[in-house]
Amino acid sequence: MTRSAHDSEKGVALSNIGSYEERLENFDWGIAREVLSWSDDELLNIGAICSDRICARGHADKVALIWEGFGDRKSTYTFRDLKVRSNGFAQFLVDQGVAPGDRVCLFMDKIPSLYFSFLGVLKMGGIAQPLFCAFGDESLEVRLASAGTKAILTTQKHVKKVRKIMERLPELTHVIVVQGNPEKLKDGEVFFDVESAPPVEEFDVYRSGPETPSVLHYTSGTTGQPKGAQHVHGSIWGQVLTTSWVLDLRDDDVYWCTADPGWVTGTSYGIIGPWALGITQCVLDSGFTSSRWYQFIQDNRVTVWYSAPTAIRSLMRDGEEVARGYDLSSLRHLASVGEPLNAEAVVWSEKTYGLPFLDTFWQTETGSIMISNYPGMTIRPGSMGKPFPGITAAVLDLKTHEPIEEPGNVGLIAFRPGWPSMFREYRNQPDVYRGKFAGAPDGAAPDELRANPDLWYVSGDRSSIDADGYYWFVGRDDDVINTGGHLVGPFEIESALVEHEAIAEAAAIGKPDKVNMEVVKAFVTLNPGYEASGDLELNVMNFIRKKLSPLAMPQEIEYMDKLPKTRSGKILRRYLRAIEWGEEVGDLSTLEDD
Amino acid sequence: MEEMKEAVLEYVIDEYVDEDDDIEVAFDTPLISSGIVDSFSMVSLKAFLERKYEVKLPDDEATPEAFDTVNSIVALVSKHTS
Repeated sequence: MTRSAHDSEKGVALSNIGSYEERLENFDWGIAREVLSWSDDELLNIGAICSDRICARGHADKVALIWEGFGDRKSTYTFRDLKVRSNGFAQFLVDQGVAPGDRVCLFMDKIPSLYFSFLGVLKMGGIAQPLFCAFGDESLEVRLASAGTKAILTTQKHVKKVRKIMERLPELTHVIVVQGNPEKLKDGEVFFDVESAPPVEEFDVYRSGPETPSVLHYTSGTTGQPKGAQHVHGSIWGQVLTTSWVLDLRDDDVYWCTADPGWVTGTSYGIIGPWALGITQCVLDSGFTSSRWYQFIQDNRVTVWYSAPTAIRSLMRDGEEVARGYDLSSLRHLASVGEPLNAEAVVWSEKTYGLPFLDTFWQTETGSIMISNYPGMTIRPGSMGKPFPGITAAVLDLKTHEPIEEPGNVGLIAFRPGWPSMFREYRNQPDVYRGKFAGAPDGAAPDELRANPDLWYVSGDRSSIDADGYYWFVGRDDDVINTGGHLVGPFEIESALVEHEAIAEAAAIGKPDKVNMEVVKAFVTLNPGYEASGDLELNVMNFIRKKLSPLAMPQEIEYMDKLPKTRSGKILRRYLRAIEWGEEVGDLSTLEDD
Repeated sequence: MEEMKEAVLEYVIDEYVDEDDDIEVAFDTPLISSGIVDSFSMVSLKAFLERKYEVKLPDDEATPEAFDTVNSIVALVSKHTS
């Protein structure tokens, strides 16, 4: 057991959450309104709350964003800059004919325009659809087709992938390049550089309400293609309160969330939560090296750092000595998300930085932190912590779906529906949404499911709860691969693998990895005329990297004469996974005979 | 050594840089810290090096810093081939 953040020399004397136990007793989501000093006559629009509202409250000149890119590129923006530049994007989109409710994809590196345009899309009533810009053209196409995306904002660097798929996406009518050389645009593409455009001081913000769609994030499942988790403007209450109580942000903090807004952490806690609270945050748009990250913390006097286990383990690998070369004394609070944070990493961070990384657990679908370790709480290294006040959580029996009362028994992590940031639907997939609720009545609509206090939303992850109420992560309950904190669907990888001319059949699983928790391993059979070789393996790896993404790239490929299947012909991934992880293979009665 | 540098540079350009990218890659161009090669893609670059030069590069030495330029990559590979 390690000491709590309260006891740390650098820890905080008084945290925002105060006593966790007292918060449990007296909880109401209305507290989020008090945290924001919210009046009921205000406009509930995330884009305006994060920019216009901060200015209106007298903080227009406060620094909102400190941005650094590769090399010496650095720029700083105030909340006034956020306001006029997001207005600029909003007005430009309206002028282009983009309407409220249209899906607008943001497909770019972590450049300032990504942040301005995110707020701008929300201000004009559009649905922001951020996508990880390392996605290959096939991953991009699947997600744009599913969303029926009308406009995409991208850069010269990434527009090539859009050009490859444009003709198969009839609903995608606007390709807007926001950075690069305008002379290199193709027919039908439009250039808009918000930083050189005239500032737009006033914009008539869309009159959104709590249930107006806001952000659409795609997430992977075991079967089928990725699903679009739809969030709404009312999500802000969950994001604001968790930002305040878990990340413990205050007015004078300099906050660094290392996540890319292509993933939900990068929007919920890399944009919405901190900026709604008027916090200065910084962004590093550069590749990872330990020395670069430490330099960034030192130069910007970062106080609160929200990162991921993969990055923390990479920093561990490079050792304490590298950290000692920098002044990291500004740090006062550290948190982690994406995958379970191993106990060793918690202990190491306390030894190295004088502060433990506090693990947080949540998902694309939950929209905000659900289970966490809190400032001031006794930390048990390796534990996920306890449910956020206002969240009713349980671990359900794997078969009966009844809550498990006995400490230490493993089951499914589940939550009673209805918290503010909960996703409202999987876009165009009501049956899949319904399938996430234990005991859901046939045909129940998404809003009925969310309003039913007798149901459980089942997360897809397994854990146990100890006698003191701490949750301990065990693993996924499905075949989805968690690599570096990002979920990758095996079906998507397998579909792409069999598009390679040499591959007849494929199965993809996660295999253990010291840094990334899991990495993708593929098992393949070859078409006649092809032979297994190291060169072919490398060729297939690069094929998937370009088609899908570096995350989806198998880091190992095993050639097989045949894949294990059920008698009905379904590939038995769990059999391959069990062998890879050295686990019991379980019931093989359905395995196809040789 | 020069031959290895040329071969690694050629592979990096072929696999990680698009023809119409406005990027000049030289022996000392940062690859990882600049974002030309991301940390996940380092795995395929490592696989290429291990196959072509018949070496095993230990994971604890195949760090982002060691892979950050063609020069540093060649130094790492040379250490394990000599």
